[in-house]
Amino acid sequence: MSSTYRLAAQPGFWRSLDLRDWAYALFVLVVCAGAFYQYDHFMDVYEEAILAGSALSLVALGWFWKPWRWYFPLSGVTSLLAIQVYEHDLARAQSAFLLKYMLSSQSSIMWMCTLFVLATGVYWAGLLTRSATLQRMGSGLTWAACVMGLAGLGTRWYESYLIGADVGHIPVSNLYEVFVLFCLVTALMYLYYEAKFAARQMGAFVLLIISAAVVFIVWYAFDRQAHEIQPLIPALQSWWMKIHVPANFVGYGAFAIAAMLGAAELMAMRGWLAGKLPPMEVMDEVMYKVIAVGFLFFTIATVLGAMWAADAWGGYWSWDPKETWALIVWLNYAAWLHMRLVKGWRGAPLAWWAVVGLFITTFAFIGVNMFLSGLHSYGGL
Amino acid sequence: MRFAIGLLTILAIASIIGTVLKQNEPYTNYAFEFGQFWFLLFEKLGLYDVYHSGWFLTILAFLVLSTSLCIVRNGPGFLKEMKAYREKASDTSLSLMSHSVELDGEVEPEAVRERLQAQGFSVKEHQREDGSRVLAAKKGAANKLGYFFAHIAMVVICIGGLMDGNLPLKLGEMSGRVVPETRNVPQSQIPAQSRLSAGNLSYRGNVTIAENRSADVVFLNAGKGYLVQELPFAVTLKQFHVDYYSNGMPKLFASDIVVTDKATGKETKATVKVNHPLVVDGVAIYQASFGDGGSPLELDAWNLAQPQLAPVAIKGVSQAAQPLRANGQAYTLEFGDLKVYNVENMAKTGMDGDKTLAQRMNDARSVKHEKALQNVGPSITYKLRDGQGQAHEYHQYMAPIMQEGASYQISGVRRQVSEPFQYLRLPLDDELSIKRFMRLNAALATPALYDEVARRTADKAMQGGAISPEMRAQFESSVKWVLARFSEGGFPALENFLDERVPQDKRQAVAQTYVKILQGTVGDLMAVADSRAGVAPLAAEQNSYRFLLDSLVASSALHDYGAPVYLQLVGFDQVQASGLQLTRSPGKNLVYLGSLLLVIGIILMFYVREIRVWLVFRPGRLRLAMTSNRHNRDLDRDFDRERDALETLIREQP
Ligand code: HEM
Repeated sequence: MSSTYRLAAQPGFWRSLDLRDWAYALFVLVVCAGAFYQYDHFMDVYEEAILAGSALSLVALGWFWKPWRWYFPLSGVTSLLAIQVYEHDLARAQSAFLLKYMLSSQSSIMWMCTLFVLATGVYWAGLLTRSATLQRMGSGLTWAACVMGLAGLGTRWYESYLIGADVGHIPVSNLYEVFVLFCLVTALMYLYYEAKFAARQMGAFVLLIISAAVVFIVWYAFDRQAHEIQPLIPALQSWWMKIHVPANFVGYGAFAIAAMLGAAELMAMRGWLAGKLPPMEVMDEVMYKVIAVGFLFFTIATVLGAMWAADAWGGYWSWDPKETWALIVWLNYAAWLHMRLVKGWRGAPLAWWAVVGLFITTFAFIGVNMFLSGLHSYGGL
Repeated sequence: MRFAIGLLTILAIASIIGTVLKQNEPYTNYAFEFGQFWFLLFEKLGLYDVYHSGWFLTILAFLVLSTSLCIVRNGPGFLKEMKAYREKASDTSLSLMSHSVELDGEVEPEAVRERLQAQGFSVKEHQREDGSRVLAAKKGAANKLGYFFAHIAMVVICIGGLMDGNLPLKLGEMSGRVVPETRNVPQSQIPAQSRLSAGNLSYRGNVTIAENRSADVVFLNAGKGYLVQELPFAVTLKQFHVDYYSNGMPKLFASDIVVTDKATGKETKATVKVNHPLVVDGVAIYQASFGDGGSPLELDAWNLAQPQLAPVAIKGVSQAAQPLRANGQAYTLEFGDLKVYNVENMAKTGMDGDKTLAQRMNDARSVKHEKALQNVGPSITYKLRDGQGQAHEYHQYMAPIMQEGASYQISGVRRQVSEPFQYLRLPLDDELSIKRFMRLNAALATPALYDEVARRTADKAMQGGAISPEMRAQFESSVKWVLARFSEGGFPALENFLDERVPQDKRQAVAQTYVKILQGTVGDLMAVADSRAGVAPLAAEQNSYRFLLDSLVASSALHDYGAPVYLQLVGFDQVQASGLQLTRSPGKNLVYLGSLLLVIGIILMFYVREIRVWLVFRPGRLRLAMTSNRHNRDLDRDFDRERDALETLIREQP
């Protein structure tokens, strides 16, 4: 009797893992072990620890978010294919067909851009016609864009080593690279919530901000040649960079999603696109959740930034414009969360605030680089 | 809370001002930028160092206080709530909960307890007086701990920050105990009131040390002036290293230093690099900047007013000033930095508009662009100041620089720091020396040679049939006249003459004649100068002709050079200097601890869900009630699942 009852309880975590989870874990561990055996002699203790940590994080991520189990290996294999075709010769990017049109980092990234723009159109078409099929296509295109984006960054990492052994570095070191990262992180986070809340209508809004970033990327590459790989100046030669920058972009991406949902919610309140948007409570909740995640990562990123600054600039806090704006962004979302949690605010005020928050965040992200000078002046326009 | 939000808003606005207004600049810059009135007002408000101004620190202190008060006020209640199961909740309050249902039927309380425990709840049982039984369960109470962690973290971080801030220094300045030094005097002469003892708890200062020199103090910025901070040790710079990538970007800055403890004499040798500071006795030493540390220089001074004289060798030291006498006038020669490595992009920058679409696509695809980057070698800047205090600034490259296939000695000149340098190219001879050009320039300034030069030019012109014998005398005098004019003021002198004396419609033609004459005669001038100096003449070839034309341009430009001498850098002995930043920040560990608490607190607050469940068992009826700290769909789902489970259980009841 009580056995049926107990069975109805949620299974324990380990028991919830299926064969594919284990297969994925095995794949990640094998790849990391392979990397370890091949490159161990280049690594110091920290790097070995980081490799192990990355392997575990990747496994955890795959177990937590199932689509990651195919997404990550697929992107990785795409990058590896590009690396194979390169045959250690950067010049092949302009001659080998596969590299020229698909797999060189720049081609991959341009494909990512194209797919994001397509996805935006398809999501909107789906939203306006209430077509579930079109919205599913939108998701598919977004996923495809994410695969090309991550593969592109992976390939770019490899290409930087082809330019020179001393030039090679992880592609999160300048404004161009982090914009690609921003698109990628925002899209992936969105895809997570889209599936979790079965609300594909949100895509039309979130993809708009990604498309805006895409426009910037394309302009930045074609007009300013910003995609060139530059070596790292001494201040950037630090392990902290590898964690600090991506953590920051989880924050920025999350805040961007929240703002777009805020906009959608405000439209819903005015009765625009009536019956086409997801329920208000869903948008409200996703907005809260995504800000909570963003806030956590932004906090971590800021703390890591402080630790890095303590190594590079002689102090954990120098009131450099970028640092100060990070603090302002942080305070802004801390206040947002207080209002929701402590004062119980809901609805329009928080939606407006999330939208305004995006302007503050954008200024911290790009405005500071454009208008203010300081220690962080690596990514000038 | 409202008060706290108000303070936070002010803090945020102040921070924004601090980022828009450049902080800690020399006060004269501000005065210049804002004008006297605003400058004084802003100074009163402390806007030049917002983050250390009294009011900013006061707001921070208030926030710490208000957050502490909040912890103290909410704390006990929170703790009690965390521990409590609220098993005595009344039926009414349970039925009023948004997630509450009464089911018909009965189940075994033990089975329910087992299920709850299997899900991680801790359970407390309560027997009511009316005979009903209550199971109260809770999970995720750590969520409340998150509140403590996050808020205590704020307090801890602020205290750490205040420890490292310059509050004690500000107080010292206000009480007049500490007075910033504003004069530019040697360190040893700075009075005690501007010095801080080595016992100072926290500081952050800079010092520049040349190679093989030592420093045992650092300098702290303090409003209008600076303070001298004594160190418990002396730092000696053995050597400074800079590496560059092939594209000229810096790759490595590193200082080999020796730290000698003043008390024990213990030596610590280390190399500090960017991102790799050295910590000695709680003082961290950082690589902050680098530069020239005063390098001995050797220069050749060519007298431009008397170009016939041979150059004079002079010695100097970069970053130092020395007197210079030239042609009876006294000047001051103020050397700037010696730069040993100058990377320039030598590619011609084609206009972007010229690119085809295909080229653009290729560019966008390629992550590496070929740039004609080239190290053009050492350079020195200096100012030459005359008796009236007027100065021109010069930028001299030491090595010959190739441009379009010919080599030049390049030097820049400007009248104002805000202007770009105007570059002068002196053509070089086969030995890559400026001697031949200087010889030509000297000959140009020697009217005694003009007769012979004019004769040679006329001879050639006659041979070529360009002039008739009758015209010879007039031709020669034209040549001499053009040479004389040119030697007075270069091309502009000829131009001036044209503008003043020649009718507009003829100017073009006359100008062409002058240029032709100059071009025709410059070779003869060179030949005469060479034969006088006993040097082999210039070979008759294309390159020589280009050399001569370049010489005319350079000679003309020298009239605008603004200096009585041309200083050519011929040797140096590089001494580098390293800018080190030394900090002592005992609050750092508190800040890190606070940060850790903060992150843990946020995770607990957002990712631990507090859930409470109540079950009231009475004959024939069963109430299920649930609450969570956050009302959302997760709770709806959990509630539905529990209710379904209970209903199943009731149905299966025998
Ligand atoms: C790290 C992010 C933070 C989170 C998630 C957070 C969360 C909370 C929560 C849940 C409460 C409500 C306690 C209650 O139920 O009464 C609260 C209250 C409060 N928090 Fe925060 N807090 C954070 C950071 C801060 C910061 C940065 C400050 C100011 C420096 C601050 C100052 C306060 C104050 C003054 C209260 C009100 C206490 C009262 O008057 O009851 N908190 N916060």
